[in-house]
Amino acid sequence: MSTLGPGLLLLAAAAAVSVACAWLPSPRARAVTSGVLTSVVGVGGLLAGVAALLGSAASMTSTRLLPLSEAVLQVDPLSGLFMAVVGGVAAAAGVYSVGYPHPHAHGGGATNGPSHGVSSRTAQVALPLFAVAMILVPAAGNVTTFLILWELMAVLSLALVLTEHRERPEVGAAGVWYAAMTHAGLVAILIGLVVLADAAGTESFAGIREAASGLSPATSTLVFLLVFAGFGSKAGLVPLHVWLPRAHPEAPSYVSALMSAAMVNLGLYGVLRVGFDLLGGGPRWWWLLVLAVGAVSALYGVLQASVATDLKRLLAYSTTENLGLIFVGVGAAGIFAAAGDSTLAGLLMVAALLHTVNHAAFKTLLFLGAGAVLRSTGLRDLDKMGGLARRMPVTAVLVGIGALGASGLPPGNGFVSEWLLLQGLIHSLSGSATPDVMIAIAMPLAVGAVALTAGLGVATFVKAFGVGFLARSRSAEATAATEAPRTLRLGMSLAAAACAAIALAPLMLVRPLERALVTMPPVGGQSTVHGAVTLQLSGITGSMSPLLIALGLVGGAALVTVLVRALGAGQPRRTALVWGCGGTRLSPRMQYTATAYAEPLTRDFDHVLRPEHDINITHHQESRYLVENLRYRQRVPDRIEARLYPPLLELATWWANLARRMQNGSVHRYLAYGLVGLLVVLVAIAVTS
Amino acid sequence: MTGTTVWAVAGVILQLVVVLVGAPILVGLMRQVRARLEGRVGAGVGQPWRDLRKQLRKEPIAPEGSTVVFAAAPAIVLSSTLLIALAVPFVATTSPLDGIADLYAVVSLLLVGSIALALAGLDTGSAFGGMGSSRTVTVAALAEPTLLVAGFALSVRVGSSNLGSLVEFGQRAPSLFFSPATVLAAVALWIVVVAEAGRLPIDNPSTHLELTMIHEATILEYAGRDLAVVELASSIRLAILLGLWANLFVPWGVATTAAPGALALGAVVFAVKVAVLGVVLGASEVFMAKWRLFRVPELLAGSFLFGVLAVSSSFFLA
Repeated sequence: MSTLGPGLLLLAAAAAVSVACAWLPSPRARAVTSGVLTSVVGVGGLLAGVAALLGSAASMTSTRLLPLSEAVLQVDPLSGLFMAVVGGVAAAAGVYSVGYPHPHAHGGGATNGPSHGVSSRTAQVALPLFAVAMILVPAAGNVTTFLILWELMAVLSLALVLTEHRERPEVGAAGVWYAAMTHAGLVAILIGLVVLADAAGTESFAGIREAASGLSPATSTLVFLLVFAGFGSKAGLVPLHVWLPRAHPEAPSYVSALMSAAMVNLGLYGVLRVGFDLLGGGPRWWWLLVLAVGAVSALYGVLQASVATDLKRLLAYSTTENLGLIFVGVGAAGIFAAAGDSTLAGLLMVAALLHTVNHAAFKTLLFLGAGAVLRSTGLRDLDKMGGLARRMPVTAVLVGIGALGASGLPPGNGFVSEWLLLQGLIHSLSGSATPDVMIAIAMPLAVGAVALTAGLGVATFVKAFGVGFLARSRSAEATAATEAPRTLRLGMSLAAAACAAIALAPLMLVRPLERALVTMPPVGGQSTVHGAVTLQLSGITGSMSPLLIALGLVGGAALVTVLVRALGAGQPRRTALVWGCGGTRLSPRMQYTATAYAEPLTRDFDHVLRPEHDINITHHQESRYLVENLRYRQRVPDRIEARLYPPLLELATWWANLARRMQNGSVHRYLAYGLVGLLVVLVAIAVTS
Repeated sequence: MTGTTVWAVAGVILQLVVVLVGAPILVGLMRQVRARLEGRVGAGVGQPWRDLRKQLRKEPIAPEGSTVVFAAAPAIVLSSTLLIALAVPFVATTSPLDGIADLYAVVSLLLVGSIALALAGLDTGSAFGGMGSSRTVTVAALAEPTLLVAGFALSVRVGSSNLGSLVEFGQRAPSLFFSPATVLAAVALWIVVVAEAGRLPIDNPSTHLELTMIHEATILEYAGRDLAVVELASSIRLAILLGLWANLFVPWGVATTAAPGALALGAVVFAVKVAVLGVVLGASEVFMAKWRLFRVPELLAGSFLFGVLAVSSSFFLA
């Protein structure tokens, strides 16, 4: 009970203060307190998580908080890791949200009063509470506490997604989709965990862990599949990802950052906790399924991101991609854990966890940057942006760091975790014992999927950064952009500092991650990576040094610049008109747009993406051979949503219409339904007990 | 121990000098072979070096509206290629930088170079720059799976993706190393080498038709010393790619000890191997036309298939 009690008191106090702040009259004061509270909660969660990760586990039980059950909190290294990640993201997003409300908001409707949109009391109270709920979810120690905290987190996030519902109609639709899918996921998790608790005889995680070996394979498989569906939906895995590209663009950017970089990780946490810890591993085919779903999610996510022109939709699909890569690592780790190869399983799990931290860092930075651009220009459409590097230089540099990390290139932070993941996958076939056919087929396909994802990810972020920030602006709003205010830059710098630290010194993070492996016995807890400047793998051959690569690149570039300047008689660089084929002066509108940039990829993958083209030609009055007006529209819909969901929605509507027949308006009939239902339940209890 | 380390460092420096000096000569040799086969006199093998000398003295120009990305990209590209030239075992496997000579790290560094130029192409604000940039990243993205899967096929036998280990294993145990898997991987990697170096049939380096360009369109706005740096980086990139292919599939001659004789022999053998490959590539380009851009993904998908077959056969035909 050492540090947990005071920590919880602090969280409870923060929650109470945030509710009390709703009564503050000035929106500015409310924004400041809400943001500062979120950051304080975040820092607290980060410290508590790091303390738990470095060894000081704690637990607490209370029978007075919840009816019919007890509230158990149990913090071990795995939950500490996720608390730390969520806390870090909340710290950056909280600072950012202080300066976010804009006195002359862009893209708003007629209802931009001082207490609407991001300045509304609901949104400002919900933000710190959301952070508190997210930090407590990994600390839950029994099924009831977990489910209650999970639902609390979902409801608060829904309130935050709907913040700007008066300003745009799409926000309402996005909220409906999000609410439906998150509650469908909750139902799946609820059923899974209740079946597990019933089969184990107890609802506390400690008790379930001990009773897990006595479960029948059918029960544990059912539980795993249900839980994987529910948590996978939260993590944004295909085909349950459709809420991500709808909800994340419509939420305010710091909420998108919190959801995309912190909340989706809790889906991963759930799978790790139930799959590896509570159920004790499981047969190999579970993890092959996880690997397959992860690979498909990664490929589909990055493909959609590479052709997206809405910046926040691009980032949302990129979240699906990165979570897909993480689940590829988790699945592969599970396969090798089931085969008993703990060296590879440990390495792959460390790679997956490191990629989780990396993704949290760069996704936060990218969403906060997109929010700065949106606030400053009112634009989310890459096709209209451009030239922002000169108007918003600090934002451009910080977003550049995030884009470098997201693209998985050295010297970014995404490269280290992708390298570790690849090393784990390529060593899978080179043991002395002949591996079996399933692994021999799955591993090359997994490597191919990871490779194509990495390549397309690079294309995506070159497009996002290059078209959005470089060259000249393509619209008047982009020309009128101004630099983001100080608190926004501070929030982004925190995330950028985390990215840079992990990129240059990843080993300081690998040690704590290995401690988290101890909570997952099937994976094992031995050392996977060692070394100081050079990362060296333990038990298998492989080494790489991110620091040397970064120093080499930067130092080499500086050396080349100096030498070439000296050799070239020191002539300064002159600015001149860009080449326009010898006569035309190129206008900024003639630059490549994001749609144009992604056109080769759209064409190459058109059987997967199925872009919709719409051409409207208005002919001249005088003759059909002359064109007065031409309108071209391209749309890349989410094909999985278009094919998979309408039948399900039709089924639900049909069922609802069937149920409507029972509702004829007569109160007497409704009372009779209640009486009959109660009698049936009483009889069932009497018969079964 | 100090003696060996001094010679190891000398080997690295020798490798860098050979690559740096020899890369434009390689390009000149390829152009000369093409010229002779086409019935022309040709400009001579030393023309690229003369061009570099001329360009260094000319005035660099930046388009209006470009940012520091355009100005800094040439230095980053050259720096990344030089870093690869230092780390990869071309002349000797005893480099003190062996710790970073990992196949995947080298592939990623090559990609960093492409991306720097792609961003610079977008930064010019011209339609040609954007077009070249878009095509460059498409080809790079589609070549990536083949590179990694072929690297997988090669590292399965050796148990490591470290380039020094791959070269030494090939030298030490040729019967184990050379198998159907290696042949398939060699074909797959040759297609990727041609794609990444921007040669026919994917890209014609000597075309003047802007709408068919990939690499040349990206660097269309560069002039003066910026252009000299970019051209040098491109020729070093070609030399590195050919050298990587040569050392992975014809590994004999690479020095495994840091003795002066072995190092000199290694440098000579490396130069000869790369020259031979360059002549073969240049000669084959005479008989080939550039493929349509939208057929290039088919070619790269075919090379990916070869790569997957390489991995499967390395397992099933064990």
